[in-house]
Amino acid sequence: MSNYAVQVESLTVTFDDHHPLDNLNLTIARNEFVAIVGPNGAGKSTFLKTLLGLIHPAKGRVRIFGSPPPKVPPKSIGYVPQVKTMDRSFPALSIELVLTGIRGRWPWRFPKNEYQKAFGAMERVGADHLAQRPLSKLSGGELQRVYLARSIVREPKLVMLDEPATGIDVVGEADLYRLLEAYQKDFGATIIMVTHDWHAATHHADKVLLLNNKQISFGPPGKALTEDNLRLAFGHIGHKHALKFLVNSSTRSQTNG
Amino acid sequence: MGEILSLPFMQRALIGGALVGFLASYYGVFIVQRGLSFLGSGLAHAAFGGIALGLLLQTEPLWVALPFTVIVAIGIAWVKYRTELSSDTAVGIFFSVSMALGIVFLFLRREYTADAFTYLFGSILAVTETDIWITLGMVIIVFATWPLWSRWAYTSFDRELAQTDRLPVIRDDYFLSVLVAVTIVVAIKVVGIVLIAAFLVIPAATARVLSRSFRMMTVVSVTIGVSSALIGLVVSYYINIPSGATIILIQSLLFFIAMLTKSSR
Repeated sequence: MSNYAVQVESLTVTFDDHHPLDNLNLTIARNEFVAIVGPNGAGKSTFLKTLLGLIHPAKGRVRIFGSPPPKVPPKSIGYVPQVKTMDRSFPALSIELVLTGIRGRWPWRFPKNEYQKAFGAMERVGADHLAQRPLSKLSGGELQRVYLARSIVREPKLVMLDEPATGIDVVGEADLYRLLEAYQKDFGATIIMVTHDWHAATHHADKVLLLNNKQISFGPPGKALTEDNLRLAFGHIGHKHALKFLVNSSTRSQTNG
Repeated sequence: MGEILSLPFMQRALIGGALVGFLASYYGVFIVQRGLSFLGSGLAHAAFGGIALGLLLQTEPLWVALPFTVIVAIGIAWVKYRTELSSDTAVGIFFSVSMALGIVFLFLRREYTADAFTYLFGSILAVTETDIWITLGMVIIVFATWPLWSRWAYTSFDRELAQTDRLPVIRDDYFLSVLVAVTIVVAIKVVGIVLIAAFLVIPAATARVLSRSFRMMTVVSVTIGVSSALIGLVVSYYINIPSGATIILIQSLLFFIAMLTKSSR
């Protein structure tokens, strides 16, 4: 069995004549927490979907626990998609969504053992009181917890999250990272998270992948998020004020860390 | 009531109507939840092209409409996957082509085309024993492919999540399109081409208003589909109005009652 959760070599993804990902090379060890950051359109979600096997590379090699993504059993990976893409008109109870994490199908019946397992995952993320509530009635933060419960219900060794903090308040965000870190610790799991939240990346991740279609940097936050790297990723003059803030927050985190 | 049940054509119409009501309202939940309501309309008009060709060739029109509609259903799905066009646009293209072909075929026939009206508006008198056996066959397919409910439902909720669980979503989509196409063709005699899309959409839409889960939506939709077909056929017999239109009006009434009841809570 591979020592690495993720191995990426010379990864290039092509859409028509555009390369959302161009020559990425990195390895993610087991039990690491990695944040993927970069501007809009940097290829962050594309990278996650390539790891999930939803997008096929034009060039290069991707391995998840030593296997190509399409060969990895779904139970090995938990995935939290962007909540904003969810169809809220779909009639569903929260527990049903969590049950899809066990079955890989939409449930018609709720066998007792599966229900208990799904309910247990909801308890773990503090969402058990939402089990019988329709998804359409949940707030952004509640929905995020339900998705998180779904992603961990099979106790996967790799959890991938696409902008999990979008639409939730500061307290909810802090809770989310606490839950992720607890899961990482308890199950020895690897966490890969796409985020726009620099604070989260610098404070919670072991490593940061800074992306702007190309791999700008990959390493511990203090080394990956240097001013030069941030300028390369975000860098034209229009981002001057944002960049100043980002560099300051990155520097603060290095000092604190 | 005893009188209606003793008439062989009404027996066939009631059995055929109940079976068609079951099929349309079952597949309708996926159609509605995927935002594909226009697909029913498009495939019904594709069936018109096939029926016109059957009339031109002087053979049983539904046997021509069946492969014609299935090919159009596959074509719509194929165009959708091969281009970046939306489903509605793909349906719109095939809808127009099929109607245009149907009109040309009827023109080429150069005879009075009263038969075409039977297919456009439906006629319970036209339901044969063979039609019932074919429709029953389709209902058996629903039960035989029951595990697909879970897969179609999952894909209807979130295509990407279904793909991460390695479901063959594209293959499943094609299969669903083909089954919807066959359902439309077998429903034509009872409901008629003009109204078949409503038969797919209204019971499922009513069920959506009333349901908290997709399972419940499926059960409610099928219950409405079957019961409205039976009630509509009986009412149309007694007050002597077209059966398809009567069924759709009853379904519409149920929809508005459901909507008003729900919004007043």
